[in-house]
Amino acid sequence: MSPAEDRQARLSARNGWLLSAPALVILTIAAIGPLLIVLVYSFLTPGDYGNVVWEFSWNGWKSVFVEEDIFEGTLSLADAHLTIFWRSLSLSILTTVLTFLVGFPTAWWIATKPPKARAFWLFLITLPFWTNILVRTFAINQIIRNEGVLNSLLIWAGVIDSPIQLTYTPTALLIGMVYVYLPLMVLPLFAAIDRFDMRLLEAGYDLYASRWQVLRRIILPIVKPGIIAGSILVLVPCLGAYVTPRILGGGKMMMLGNFIELQFGQGRNWPLGAALSIVLLVIVTAALLIYVRALSGEKRHG
Amino acid sequence: MADVTIEARNTIKAFGQGAQAVRALDDVSIQINRGEFFTLLGPSGCGKTTLLRLIAGFEMPTSGQILLDGADITDLPPNRRPVNTVFQSYALFPHLTVAENVGFGLTMQGRPKAEVAATVAHMLALVKLEAMANRKTSQLSGGQQQRVALARALAPKPKVLLLDEPLSALDLKLRKEMQVELKRLQTETGITFVFVTHDQEEALTMSDRIGVMSAGKLQQVGSPKDIYTRPVNRFVAGFIGETNFLPATGGAGGAKLGCGAVIDGVAANGAVTLTIRPEQVRLTAAAEPGAIPATVTLLVYFGTDTHLHLALPDGASIVARVQSPATGEAGLAQGQQVGLRFAPGAVQVLED
Repeated sequence: MSPAEDRQARLSARNGWLLSAPALVILTIAAIGPLLIVLVYSFLTPGDYGNVVWEFSWNGWKSVFVEEDIFEGTLSLADAHLTIFWRSLSLSILTTVLTFLVGFPTAWWIATKPPKARAFWLFLITLPFWTNILVRTFAINQIIRNEGVLNSLLIWAGVIDSPIQLTYTPTALLIGMVYVYLPLMVLPLFAAIDRFDMRLLEAGYDLYASRWQVLRRIILPIVKPGIIAGSILVLVPCLGAYVTPRILGGGKMMMLGNFIELQFGQGRNWPLGAALSIVLLVIVTAALLIYVRALSGEKRHG
Repeated sequence: MADVTIEARNTIKAFGQGAQAVRALDDVSIQINRGEFFTLLGPSGCGKTTLLRLIAGFEMPTSGQILLDGADITDLPPNRRPVNTVFQSYALFPHLTVAENVGFGLTMQGRPKAEVAATVAHMLALVKLEAMANRKTSQLSGGQQQRVALARALAPKPKVLLLDEPLSALDLKLRKEMQVELKRLQTETGITFVFVTHDQEEALTMSDRIGVMSAGKLQQVGSPKDIYTRPVNRFVAGFIGETNFLPATGGAGGAKLGCGAVIDGVAANGAVTLTIRPEQVRLTAAAEPGAIPATVTLLVYFGTDTHLHLALPDGASIVARVQSPATGEAGLAQGQQVGLRFAPGAVQVLED
């Protein structure tokens, strides 16, 4: 490397650091700092009225997975906690699958519109973001309750005789979450489908592929990065969902987010809350790792 | 009668609705023979690609029929027609390797894996890409992608191979190479090729027969020589190669040009247009009897050839192509007086 080249390389490296410094500072202070506090708190002893006592303890972490019988002192698996974990995970995965099934045709439909119409439909997709999530969730509750629009319509149409009990059931939760997170699935899917070369469809049909084979062998593999991005964008906030399960589950359908809040509130067990938060973080990180792995797999091939 | 593979009968394809409907194909009938290299030639927007897409099944005709080996396939979707296409954009699958691309059609047909692998190997050898089998298509050059597209379309052994301006994205040198390559592949496989292009030179060098199209209609079908030497109308004469158009009046003795010269042996009546190729115009000494006097107005040097722009006495202009003079020899000069003769039988009468 000539001295001039060397100087240029050093300059561009230094400029890179300078330009990214503000973002790095904000990330360090606002993300890594609090995370460390949470990690430290999870190893402390809960105080009587919330907060923590600065005394090392494994109890926060122990009670994530096992519970101690108050009278006999025996340890057993924390069924309630596991139920909440399982409910969070299964509902989140189910929401992701449902948003994909609903979102994919929608994104495809928008991506195949003329450019002007596309902007309009994308605008409609993002419209719900303009309204507070609380208001929207209560609106869903109004629609699905026994005297709500949905049941009234179904009775009027003669499909059912008596209203279906939807409120405060897992179904209600699922409807609410699919509704709230649908745009997060549609947008990355749209971006991927928009880049998809529609001429490949003709090539597929020309080479004897049926419609189903074209979808499975050509479209889905090529828009895979969009599917993964959308799934992560839906799955991650779903796992930590708080407002939707609180309102639509009516406190009966507790999810991880609510359970963590409970520990910092009425539960007065901050270390347990902190430990649960870390567990949630680990689950999310695992999901992200799968995403990165899948993406780099794409790159390896070309 | 020759053995017809693919036939279009009175096909009309209109785009748009009602009064705004545009006829991309206006009552086109064509018969393409088995094992033939057939070229559809025409300027962009003439309907040649639309006809190709009708044969492939990507578009349905507004009226008319498409027949393959005598059977009506008008209503069959593309995946059920034994016809494959090489697309202008190649349309290779970016997520598959070269070998997977080539094997795609066979896999979709449900052929056994061993057969697919054998055919793919054979096809890759045919297009000389054996070494690239496991590459992604994005790692290939334009010419190599072109070969993959060819191999992919040929692998299922279609009855007809459709090629939609496949060489237009390549640079000149590569295009020439691929022209030879295409001709070789066609001879080796014996498959009927229907080739679409707007490049008349490409059409002339490669085809067994050419169909010249313009404004949604088939203007003339014939061998390259037929089309070049005996164009039926002004469009075909002007589109294929360079030519001169001369207005003339037909009569008993021949056709009389504007300058008064009479060309013998041309049967025409009334006002007609004559056409003669520049290379059929012979130069003689100015004073030679029977020659048409002309003045050189411009010399354009093309290497082996020189184009002479000549003015006839009535002001009409004509271009003659002559061999460039040998090194050291003095050629013609601007303003020089020469005489013209037309090669016997080279003058054609055109219907307008």
